[in-house]
Amino acid sequence: MFRNPLFRLLLVFGLALGLLAACKGQQPATPAAEEAKKPFRVAVVMPSAINDLAFSQSMYDALVAIQKERGEENFQFVYSDGMYVVDDAAAAIRDYATQGYDLVIAHGSQYGSSLQEIAPDFPNTSFAWGTTVETFGLPNVFAYEAASEQGGYVNGVMAAMLTKSGVIGVVGPIETGDAKRYVDGFVAGVKATKPDATVNVNWIGSFSDVSLAAEAAKTHIAAGADVMTGTAQMVVGAIGVAKEHGVLWFGTQADQTSLAPEIVVANQVYHWEVVLNQMIDLIQQGTLGGRSFAIDLANGGIVMVYNPQFDLPDDVKAAAEKTIEGIKKGEITIPLK
Amino acid sequence: MEGLLEKVLSLSVLLGMLTSGIRLATPYLYAAIGETFGQRSGVLNLGVEGQMLMGAFAAFYVTWRTGNLLLGLLAAVVVGALMGLAMAVVTVNLHAEQGISGIGFYLFGLGMSDLLFQKLLGTVRTVEPFPDLPIPLLSDIPLLGPVFFRHNVLVYAAYLLVPLAWFVLNKTTLGLNIRSVGENPEAADSLGISVARVRYFTIILGGVLSGIAGAALSVGLLGVFQQNMTSGLGFIAVALVYFGAWRPLGVLAGALIFSLVNAMQLWVQVLGVPIPSELAVMMPYILTIVVLVLTVSRARPPSALTKPFEREA
Repeated sequence: MFRNPLFRLLLVFGLALGLLAACKGQQPATPAAEEAKKPFRVAVVMPSAINDLAFSQSMYDALVAIQKERGEENFQFVYSDGMYVVDDAAAAIRDYATQGYDLVIAHGSQYGSSLQEIAPDFPNTSFAWGTTVETFGLPNVFAYEAASEQGGYVNGVMAAMLTKSGVIGVVGPIETGDAKRYVDGFVAGVKATKPDATVNVNWIGSFSDVSLAAEAAKTHIAAGADVMTGTAQMVVGAIGVAKEHGVLWFGTQADQTSLAPEIVVANQVYHWEVVLNQMIDLIQQGTLGGRSFAIDLANGGIVMVYNPQFDLPDDVKAAAEKTIEGIKKGEITIPLK
Repeated sequence: MEGLLEKVLSLSVLLGMLTSGIRLATPYLYAAIGETFGQRSGVLNLGVEGQMLMGAFAAFYVTWRTGNLLLGLLAAVVVGALMGLAMAVVTVNLHAEQGISGIGFYLFGLGMSDLLFQKLLGTVRTVEPFPDLPIPLLSDIPLLGPVFFRHNVLVYAAYLLVPLAWFVLNKTTLGLNIRSVGENPEAADSLGISVARVRYFTIILGGVLSGIAGAALSVGLLGVFQQNMTSGLGFIAVALVYFGAWRPLGVLAGALIFSLVNAMQLWVQVLGVPIPSELAVMMPYILTIVVLVLTVSRARPPSALTKPFEREA
């Protein structure tokens, strides 16, 4: 008697995930302009909302920037956001490829195995995915990643100089990929500047659980943290807690200053357009994939944005700038665990 | 290692875990108590997650526009009630399969709250959430005062809801009607109880409480709305009703165990206990399953659960 409804619950939950595929359709595509000169058409699949102030927004902003630069008649894009269910994303990727887009971007490392299956079926379509360096040896797959440890390191240097308690808290999603690189870089930056500082790291196991991210931040503060950072879209909960307690915050992936202008010190901001432009040029010259790209401080794909409303001490800013120069010139190397 | 164990078991850490656990359990309590009412009357509502998202958005948006938290809360109540009403029409009048209808409402809430977020807010924004309201005298009790009596008003209300729900279900005519409709609707009907009216009441009440559960997140604990921010919480709430064997006190126990272990794993990581983070975040789920297995009781679901009622001609 007892087992039956539970089983049914699981069954229905499974169905729910399946139905989600049907529900979360794609955004309406802008009809291709029927001109003699065909525009370059890009489709992108993203795990969270385009306005998440984090990972997905960084890609959306990049595409908007490229469109502005190249003109709407030369560059068009469509997107499916909120595709956190990988099977749905795979269906969308295949759809876009079928519709003949010039470049289909799978913006999320979780989409890798889907792409590996789909890409060989569309040899004339170029695919890109990130964040990774893995192209699967396929001639029509580009890989891209962010050297997020670089901005993490710079943030870490500033965090170490600004902490008074000597305790710094980090709220991360899942210990992998872009998030792990950022956190590793951040910890390295702190340790290089203030070896006796304590950095407490908390992985909450989710990219979307805003309330758990907030509770993790409260835990850090209870453990004595007076400076925090975190990565991925659920950190908005942690930023709220930091604001409430007057704890300093370092952002990454997008400029998070608007959420808490009082306490956000600086942000690592991604400009994917740097590598996307390289890919588009290659595709137009006939190379559909097989290479991997990285945005970093040196190529301008990673930019440190200071919050103008935050009164950053001159020596801290000078140290940050010196660190940025050092990383650009390769004088500072950041160990990745 | 010994030093670490001492740190984890220190008084301030234990008190911190307790405080976190009490906060984290709040949304589960609203949603699972609401679901308990529905299931006791024979209706399984799997749309809790969607109702929570809509409630969370409504509360956030209205608060953001008006600066009035109570208006925001009211919006969550209204939106939750409307979601419940729609669920009631579909399952009670139209006799639709309850599980599938609930999933439909979940998907509606997920998609609609996301759409409204993108169109009406444009980006992640913040509001000042319900402030902590220390209870005079009680909050000054050494050690335990801050743990139990320094929360926002929605946290207190969630815990007061548990005895209230127990009282209504077990000690009032309304509760008797709900239970009889859930166990034997034909008999209830022959005694002159309107099965449809009772189920309308419980489903709408469930919607209202789920809406408040969402508000307890967006304008209670966080002051922010983000796409899909409930992150499966509503489904865990449904599971907690089974865990609690359809009793408010059982639901409370389940919500507290789950949340306390979740709080514990946060601390375990913050204190640098060397276990993989993946294992740490699994702890609440593992422990809940273990407790469930160990305490398998003679509890059985309401007999008429998921069965539509049709009056014989």
